[in-house]
Amino acid sequence: MPFSFDSYLGVHEPALYIRAKRADVLASNLANVDTPNFKARDIDFNAALNAVTSGQTASMPRATHTNHIQPESFISGYELQYRTPYQTSLDGNTVEHQVEVAAFSDNAMRYLASLRIISGKFNTLRTAIKGQ
Amino acid sequence: MSLFNIFDISGSALQAQSVRLNTTSSNLANANSISSSTGETYRARHPVFAPIMKDFGAQDSSVGVKVMGIVESQRPLRREYNPEHPLADEEGFIYLPNVNVVEEMANMISASRAYQTNVEVMNSAKQMLMRTLAIGQ
Repeated sequence: MPFSFDSYLGVHEPALYIRAKRADVLASNLANVDTPNFKARDIDFNAALNAVTSGQTASMPRATHTNHIQPESFISGYELQYRTPYQTSLDGNTVEHQVEVAAFSDNAMRYLASLRIISGKFNTLRTAIKGQ
Repeated sequence: MSLFNIFDISGSALQAQSVRLNTTSSNLANANSISSSTGETYRARHPVFAPIMKDFGAQDSSVGVKVMGIVESQRPLRREYNPEHPLADEEGFIYLPNVNVVEEMANMISASRAYQTNVEVMNSAKQMLMRTLAIGQ
């Protein structure tokens, strides 16, 4: 049976990818904390991971021609959703500082956790190759 | 690699917040700049923030912030009767800027907190990248 890095790293490789994207989205929210009418967005991690791992892109339109426009999100399988604020503000901004900071740190820690596991898997491989 | 985008996004926010801090300090510094006519009097100025959309549509994940421009406050100037003042006009009035010091202080705190948050975001992103580069070492 041929060895495959994809199956060896399992769920952690797409997880890292989605976590990095989510960090991007949350950083955008935090950057626009004072921008009038800016709407905070987020990625539903579970849904995105399920979509990526099951390869389920049935609901997405398929590009059948080279000139078809294919948004990045359709390729990667995640969807950005708007956040519902706990308290609305007068300027139409829905970014809530404390929520975004908490989500960003949580996301960063989980990213580092996945990274640690992948790192461990590579070390396991190296030990197996060296045989000592 | 989307983690590198975070430096652009947070960098744009740092830039915007520092412009905001700058206008706040100008406003506070000129809170008592008296003049003898409405035309010459300093008016409070504030930046207008807008998101930077690289792509069309709502699916663009990295959205920075930019300063669209600086607007002068349209609030009426304070007019005070003070005939002894060397800058008083013929009727004995002096004109004071329409800077609201309390509002400016609140603005200053908000700007510096937002600046701090974005620096922290950049630090976290840096840590995530450094660990990623160190995979398998």
